[in-house]
Amino acid sequence: MTEVLGYAFVQRALIAGILVGLLCGVLGFFVVLKRLSFIGVGISHSAFGGIAIGVLAGVEPLLAAAVFSTAVAWAIGWLSRKGRLHEDTAIGILFSSAMALGVALISLSSTYQVDLFGYLFGNILAVSASDLWLLGSIAMVVLGVVGLLFKELLFLAFDEEVARANGLPVTALYFVLLGCLALAVVAAIRVVGIVLVEALLVIPAAIGYQLAHGYRAMLCLSVAAAVLSAVVGLFVSYFLNVAAGATIVLVLTVLFVAALAIGHLRRAAPARRLAVAKRAGALP
Amino acid sequence: MSSAPPIVAAHDLAVDLDGHPVLWDITFSIAPGTFLGIIGPNGAGKTTLLRVLLGLVAPSHGTVRVLGRSPAELGRGAHQIGYVPQRLDFDPRFPVSVQDVVMMGRACCLGLFRFPRREDWRKVQDCIRQVGLAGYAARRIGDLSGGEQQRVFLARALCSETRLLLLDEATTGLDLPAQHELYALLQRLRRELDLTVIAVSHDLLELGAHADELICINGTTHIHGNPQTVLHSHQLREAYRCEFDFLSDEVRESAGHST
Repeated sequence: MTEVLGYAFVQRALIAGILVGLLCGVLGFFVVLKRLSFIGVGISHSAFGGIAIGVLAGVEPLLAAAVFSTAVAWAIGWLSRKGRLHEDTAIGILFSSAMALGVALISLSSTYQVDLFGYLFGNILAVSASDLWLLGSIAMVVLGVVGLLFKELLFLAFDEEVARANGLPVTALYFVLLGCLALAVVAAIRVVGIVLVEALLVIPAAIGYQLAHGYRAMLCLSVAAAVLSAVVGLFVSYFLNVAAGATIVLVLTVLFVAALAIGHLRRAAPARRLAVAKRAGALP
Repeated sequence: MSSAPPIVAAHDLAVDLDGHPVLWDITFSIAPGTFLGIIGPNGAGKTTLLRVLLGLVAPSHGTVRVLGRSPAELGRGAHQIGYVPQRLDFDPRFPVSVQDVVMMGRACCLGLFRFPRREDWRKVQDCIRQVGLAGYAARRIGDLSGGEQQRVFLARALCSETRLLLLDEATTGLDLPAQHELYALLQRLRRELDLTVIAVSHDLLELGAHADELICINGTTHIHGNPQTVLHSHQLREAYRCEFDFLSDEVRESAGHST
């Protein structure tokens, strides 16, 4: 185990996994509470269009995806708020269009040198030093912004109308949240890929939601589950020689099932105690 | 009648939503410290009127002044307005405690990028006590009854430097004792905190018993005056397009009790 950690590519993968776990754990908290999970799917799939543009234009694909996904996220937000469309309709239109653009542009490319499989399904072991810099920068910006605006974003998630009535810049906050979400999605693409990135956004926060009573505990559990799954998934995939992205998501799934069971048992406990007391004659 | 400038004044107000007129020719003003009840049938524009006062809907015509300014210009002054919306359809498992929800009311006072300080938490605890929920601060909001939840939202509305309290059908879904308790609480808070209250409700009896003035609208103002006058007026019957004789004795009685 320790000798594995001596490899530079494993060290980079470990750092990437922890950074992405932190990012997705925090952003996932708002995705679950504000019910933005379908937007997460839309943004992640639209990133494919950005990657294709980056490949054709000779720009770092993840950088192009970051810009493109942020633009698509804001377009989804604008269309659903100003364009008389339901949010899910706006997402359906934009994510399929962006994905189609990606496929069309990639098919125009004369060579298929780009590692499409890596972008679609992730390849954490191939994270380069420059990827880490990009990841680190995204994590610093996103976590900084979310940390500074946490109380406003929580208000927005709980009661948008009263937040607006109280004078908070609700529309701007919503767009900031979408922008952060787009950046987190792009950061996670290297780790789990476009197809599975939604799992890292939703499942850790869903685990926290199952187990926590307060939002602070939910946030901590969400981050812990995301980081733990990234680290455990990385090592399991290394030793079993299976795809890392899929393994990380499967670890998360196991954690979620355990959380679901614990949550269910916890909620059923008072009723069970009452039934036992009644049977014992302690209660009428 | 107070000689102080009105805390809320609307002149020749009109609102169009999606090209359809919702409100027109609305003119009224209220003095600080007044409890104004807004009544009218479904679709009369009561909630829209509140949303105009909150700056959430822009009038298409006329002027509105709230706390001496146009609602759109209130900006951070909006924290002087507390708002209790219609009973929220919120996720009961949303992981926030009573004190977390009440703290949200401080968000605008604090400003962006600022964290709550000790005095903000103290203010939160004071507001929780004022609405009679001492001991509930750490409870999850979804675990409380409907009446208790409304008290929490009332505490949130009071937690900024509130001078004007707007309530939109705040008693909907509450049983009779809970409705009565909420109105009694409002009256007490109004006296203690020197608040102006504007409440929208379908409950003519309770509102008539507690408000100083009633305004009956159905698109436009039908009548504005003291509850006894309004509730026995033919304009009220016009606005609702039905008779209210079955209420008259009870209204007289409950309005008599409140005074």
